[in-house]
Amino acid sequence: MSVPKHAALPRAPFASGGDNEIDAQIARRLLGVALQAGGDYADLFFEYRVSADFVLEEERIKSVGRGVTLGLGVRVTKGDATGYAYSEDLSYERMAQAARTAGQIAAGGGADHAIDIAAIRIPDFYPVRTLSLETPPAEKLALLRAADTAARRYDPRIIKVDASLTEEVREILVVTSDGRMSRDTLPLIRFGARAVARDGDKLQSGSSGGGGRYGMEYFDGACHEAQWHGAEAARIAIVMLDARDAPAGEHEVVLGPADSGILLHEAIGHGLEADFNRKKTSNYSDSIGKQVASSLCTVVDDGTVMHSRGSINVDDEGNQGKSNLLIENGTLVGYMHDRLSAKHFGVEPTGNGRRESFRSMPLPRMTNTSLLPGVHSPEEIIRSVKKGVFAKRFSGGQVNISNGDFVFSLTEGYLIENGVVTAPLKGVNLIGNGPDALRQVTMLGTDYELSDGMWTCGKDGQSVPVGVGTPTVKIAKITVGGTQAG
Amino acid sequence: MTTKRRTTRGGLIGELEGIAVRAAELARRAGADAAEVLIRDGAELTAKVRMGEPELVHEAGSRALGLRVFKDGRRASTYTSDLRPDAIAGFVADTVVLAELSEPDELNELPDKRDFARGSPDLQLYDPATSAIDAAEALSRAKIAEKAALDYDERVTNSEGATWSRTTGAVVFANSGGFVGGYRGSYSALYVEPVCDDTDGKKRNGYWWTADRFVKNLQDPEQVGTIAAERTVAQLGARKVETCECPIVFDPEAGRAVPGMLFSVANGSAFYRKSSYLLEREGTLVASKLVHIVDDPLIPGAPGSRPFDGDGLATRRNVLVNNGVLDTVLCDVYSARKLGRSSTGSAGRGVGGDPSPTTSNLIMRPGKTSPAQIIKDTAKGLYVTSMMGFGFSPITGDFSRGAFGFWIENGELTFPVSEVTISANFDDLLKRIDRVGNDLDKRASTQVPTFRVSHMTLAGL
Repeated sequence: MSVPKHAALPRAPFASGGDNEIDAQIARRLLGVALQAGGDYADLFFEYRVSADFVLEEERIKSVGRGVTLGLGVRVTKGDATGYAYSEDLSYERMAQAARTAGQIAAGGGADHAIDIAAIRIPDFYPVRTLSLETPPAEKLALLRAADTAARRYDPRIIKVDASLTEEVREILVVTSDGRMSRDTLPLIRFGARAVARDGDKLQSGSSGGGGRYGMEYFDGACHEAQWHGAEAARIAIVMLDARDAPAGEHEVVLGPADSGILLHEAIGHGLEADFNRKKTSNYSDSIGKQVASSLCTVVDDGTVMHSRGSINVDDEGNQGKSNLLIENGTLVGYMHDRLSAKHFGVEPTGNGRRESFRSMPLPRMTNTSLLPGVHSPEEIIRSVKKGVFAKRFSGGQVNISNGDFVFSLTEGYLIENGVVTAPLKGVNLIGNGPDALRQVTMLGTDYELSDGMWTCGKDGQSVPVGVGTPTVKIAKITVGGTQAG
Repeated sequence: MTTKRRTTRGGLIGELEGIAVRAAELARRAGADAAEVLIRDGAELTAKVRMGEPELVHEAGSRALGLRVFKDGRRASTYTSDLRPDAIAGFVADTVVLAELSEPDELNELPDKRDFARGSPDLQLYDPATSAIDAAEALSRAKIAEKAALDYDERVTNSEGATWSRTTGAVVFANSGGFVGGYRGSYSALYVEPVCDDTDGKKRNGYWWTADRFVKNLQDPEQVGTIAAERTVAQLGARKVETCECPIVFDPEAGRAVPGMLFSVANGSAFYRKSSYLLEREGTLVASKLVHIVDDPLIPGAPGSRPFDGDGLATRRNVLVNNGVLDTVLCDVYSARKLGRSSTGSAGRGVGGDPSPTTSNLIMRPGKTSPAQIIKDTAKGLYVTSMMGFGFSPITGDFSRGAFGFWIENGELTFPVSEVTISANFDDLLKRIDRVGNDLDKRASTQVPTFRVSHMTLAGL
């Protein structure tokens, strides 16, 4: 197999020395155009994203893909109103046109703004040793084959394996009319394996994946190896062949570490994004200082975790990524802010202003959201349950911000009978209400883990990568949506 | 396509066809055996009002090109938003090199020329009046809708806003085998989401929307706001109910998910990946005899209509479920070849990636019973107005989702219900459909009337 000669280093055209280099002077001119109709604030968001994907299916490298997007998003605010426009063409005329369009939100004309632009120094939460896009593709294809082989070797009942690798590098440049200019380069890798098992006429599938803001070094650690995900996907598919109907109704539920953070993300995370609280449409509006969860619960959103999928050196509005305490011993202490909401609440930005791409405006979004560990061993927690459900892996969740009702979908779960984990259960939804569910947290394990990067969060049609983390959690009562009533 | 079409459709399609054909030729010259090019060009406006004030005006145009090449049975798919001629040349050459990384698959070739779509029916997909709604007009319509919601009842105390959005776009597809075609489309929508405060401190939200390819067919903004408010106020006091087995009535807004899930297990891709509980079930009963589901891309003006598919083939009406029997499994060219059959003209294709089977207008045929009669016929049960979550396993058919709606008692809607799940195996769910309403909702590309499932497990208290 030949290796392509073009293994191009991503290099944004707007970077220094690029075809469309953006310096402080051009940025200042564009911001001036954006504000000429009378806006109070404007920002420019330049983005260059190069991504590639490799898919293995039926023991063959089925497809390879690559994509490049480039553009500028211009935002202008006037009071609580936002004007937004973008251009995929970085010629000055097109950029100025986008700035004028966004600026139309303000009417009446404004004074000339004197803008002093200074580059902001940012930390580095994701130093990369070996940039994956630069790595010879043969190494990546070998990872897919390793996952495939591991899954097939796991059990002869595995009849089908898919594996995929997606890699991306996103370069951003944010310039604000309050004079900050920041640049960042964000790597992102995601590896996934899926296996189908067949036994007689029973079919089941399992999947496993991970990644983060890494280069190829993600694959160095033992548990991070592609084989591990392949074998894990096979293990789940085989276990699920024996799955039985899940119970229906309110039960005790024990959530396993790491991916169970999806519950936290849905049950409380979205409700603490300050845009909903600014508009008072969240059930956590006006709740700062109030008890909103069991006193065992301390929740942080931390954009500074090294290499995590949700980490950011700087957010998409030019504010540095931070660790923010949201709930301390059950009491609500803070929200996650973007620029608009921080201004509204009169607080410092929390570094949560994120956007999917230059085509969308920033919103308050989570980064890596975690429930901190407690004092119980996971074994003790399981032993304390007479009849309940042990929830280990999930395919996703959803929340209604207004009333706090949330669901999450279990893909690997077991019955707990008399303190022992027994039979695997068919996939079900768990449904609860954010504040109610968090008041029902009665035990927390010592075994905190962060998810192996695979989660993507959607809000207002915008997807961003996030991380979640929890220890083992016991919830005294939550509705399990099985089919076995009584 | 013909010169006549280019002139009648205006310059945009012709310009994009030119770019697409040239890119396909470049790929051939760079060593590809065949190439396919898709270009999407679009303009969008989103205008949002909240509590009577403008909150957002988002306006932009964008253009992207997707390329797929075949070389010695290998393939690669790439996309770019840089359509300058010299940039395209480099991009095309890189894609051909990239294809060498994949492994040969004898099915990687263009469809047979004889299957290419020829000419195309006028499906009335584009309304030139769409873009005539400028930001000021869009804000004004959104404002009227939100005001109607806020004025409807004093218990409507807040709002997530009202949004007018519109897109106009062009799609052009060409391959190196000689197919080239394109069409323009438009879509406008108005969405309103009021919020109420409930007595237990919870907020209750609800929504309503109207959408169509033609602006003149949209529901009056005031009416949209009023219905949104009605639906929101009706949620006040929602509570859980006891866990039980009971009949479940799906309204058309919630029930739309059901044919969508059926498609996810009745398409060629799910079949060849062995990711469907319906494998080997073609020609057998997979649903109640009342269930008849078609996919019809040729309905003039409908949201999901398209004259040709993502492989360049003519589209056609396909019957998925014929009076309960699984009839046609929707295929694109690749999945059809994998299964040793013919494409059903159902390929969808985005700018990046490979084509895959998709639905166009997926419709559950309405029956003769009124929705009121269906509720009247139900002694005790749940009337579902919305669902939440993703609890469906295509491979086993296990289905479990969060549900919201109203409790039915003695044939009448009583109090609102929230925070419960409804579960059944999907195979049983389809077979237990025992009432199909006459109220087909045509707003979206997946359309159903009200229908009832005789029993499912409701998990609550």
